[in-house]
Amino acid sequence: MVKSYKKKKRYFIPLFLAAGIIIYTAFLVVPIFNSMILSFYSGSGMTPSEFTGFGNYIKLFTQFPFKERFFGAFGNTVKFFLMVTLIQNVLGFVIAIMVSRKFAGSKIFRRISFLPTTLSVLAVGFLFSLILNPIWGFFDKILEAMGLEFLIKPWLGIPLTALPILAIVVSWQFMGESVLFYTAGIDAIDSEVLEAAKIDGAGLLAEVRYIILPSIRPIIGIVTILIFVGDFTQFDIVYAMSTSMGNPSYSTDLFGSLFYRTAFSSLERGGWGMGMGAAVATIIFLIVSVGVLFWLYVFRMKGVSQSE
Amino acid sequence: MIKIKDGLLKSLLSIILIIYAVSIFFPILLMLLTSLKGNREIFTNPYGLPHIFNLDNYIKLIKISNYLVYFKNSIIVAVTSIFLILIISSLASFVIAKYRFMGDRFLYFYFIAGLIIPIKLGTIGILKTMITLHLFDNIASLVIVNVAMGIPFGVFVLTDFIRMIPEELSNSARIDGCSEPKIFYKIIVPLIRPALAAVAIINFIPIWNDFWFPLVLIRSDNMKTIPLATALLYGQYETNFGLIFAVLSMASLPVIIFYLILSRQFIKGLAAGALKG
Repeated sequence: MVKSYKKKKRYFIPLFLAAGIIIYTAFLVVPIFNSMILSFYSGSGMTPSEFTGFGNYIKLFTQFPFKERFFGAFGNTVKFFLMVTLIQNVLGFVIAIMVSRKFAGSKIFRRISFLPTTLSVLAVGFLFSLILNPIWGFFDKILEAMGLEFLIKPWLGIPLTALPILAIVVSWQFMGESVLFYTAGIDAIDSEVLEAAKIDGAGLLAEVRYIILPSIRPIIGIVTILIFVGDFTQFDIVYAMSTSMGNPSYSTDLFGSLFYRTAFSSLERGGWGMGMGAAVATIIFLIVSVGVLFWLYVFRMKGVSQSE
Repeated sequence: MIKIKDGLLKSLLSIILIIYAVSIFFPILLMLLTSLKGNREIFTNPYGLPHIFNLDNYIKLIKISNYLVYFKNSIIVAVTSIFLILIISSLASFVIAKYRFMGDRFLYFYFIAGLIIPIKLGTIGILKTMITLHLFDNIASLVIVNVAMGIPFGVFVLTDFIRMIPEELSNSARIDGCSEPKIFYKIIVPLIRPALAAVAIINFIPIWNDFWFPLVLIRSDNMKTIPLATALLYGQYETNFGLIFAVLSMASLPVIIFYLILSRQFIKGLAAGALKG
């Protein structure tokens, strides 16, 4: 990669980079550090000015109701993430194996499976709220028609079932992403290897276990990290299906909704002021960062940071 | 033995596939079809096709709200953001891919890190900056945030693409007396058009659907984008089912149509990205 141009003509390099570095740094990198700094201050309004050291964090981890809300949202987020990862990875993988085989319509099926992913999470959340809505009762009517009346319940109104419903809706929407990524991984496997396995008499299960799974492990990693980062900052689905309060009784409150409420809502709607909001954002950021490193290690990925 | 087991497994898998296909279409069709029904028909005929296809709900939506303004705002935000993302990331990618300078590798990783940094968590800082810049409650703030979010993916895809262009092409242009910036727009840009298209298409969907930043950064009605309007209208007309389904269909139809037209490029672009990671 030795360049044969003259040194003095390099003036354009900083010029070409300037816009990218400035916008990316000022609006993506710096704001996160700003939140970290702000998390050490308390006070009302947009610019808390009273330095409190770790005061906000101590409040967050030890005092009512901050502690309850924070750990509640943490627990919900972990459960939500586990449910979505399980559904999306397992079902997505099974479907990918199906559509990576050539059959009439397999190409079209691949395209269709991604369709829900293109919709807005907000609209999808509202749509499923309406389907489950007891007044209109579409879901209830289907259950009735199938003779399953005992299953008619206000699913979104029961603390135990509301969160799994949200997880199912999000998995439904983003299943196509898993299918797309896994299909790409399976397509990239050398077809000679698969042929050789078939000649050796390997069944479908053996093929999956010894050839497909090992070769798409990095992709399982990518999918898991995407779900992880997405779910730990998920907000739209909570807003659409159970308001930013995480109804009923905070059972669907996730990190995303907790952050929104604490930082940007008025006091009577669950706001804690900018300083506390910044502390919440900082903790979420730390958890997400540690989590991503953990997943990179688990899947022993080269990682995007060394993708060359 | 193996064959029988495989056969059973395969029919089980086919059943899963069929159920999955139905589950994809059912909610989307339900939404679109219900939006064409009158309010009474929604209750008397919830499953069937509408008796008469009527657009009353859509006409009403445009009458009672500033829907055309929201639509215009969404288009302006999406088009401007994507245009800027393409220019800014291709310029940066060109330099990163083709020249060695101090910190070039670091710079690449610095940009790429943005692929997994959740920008939402910097929203407090962004809000304060926008207020300082007098861009709060202005769709320009949404454009800036979208550009910051779009740069990492743009650099990720374009840097690789530009690296694959043989250096001989640039060298022969240099011999002809081409300056480096001229090499960029005379030789590189025409060659990376497919990659530019992929970056544009893949960025369109999250930009169009973004709800979080408008919710925090926009207040005035004439600055609202479609997702924000969707939430507003849903809250206002929650019991008017026909109208609500029209609202949800209006929010979804642009992306559905966009995707159906460009799905081939879309899937190709994303799949290539997945394999590279």
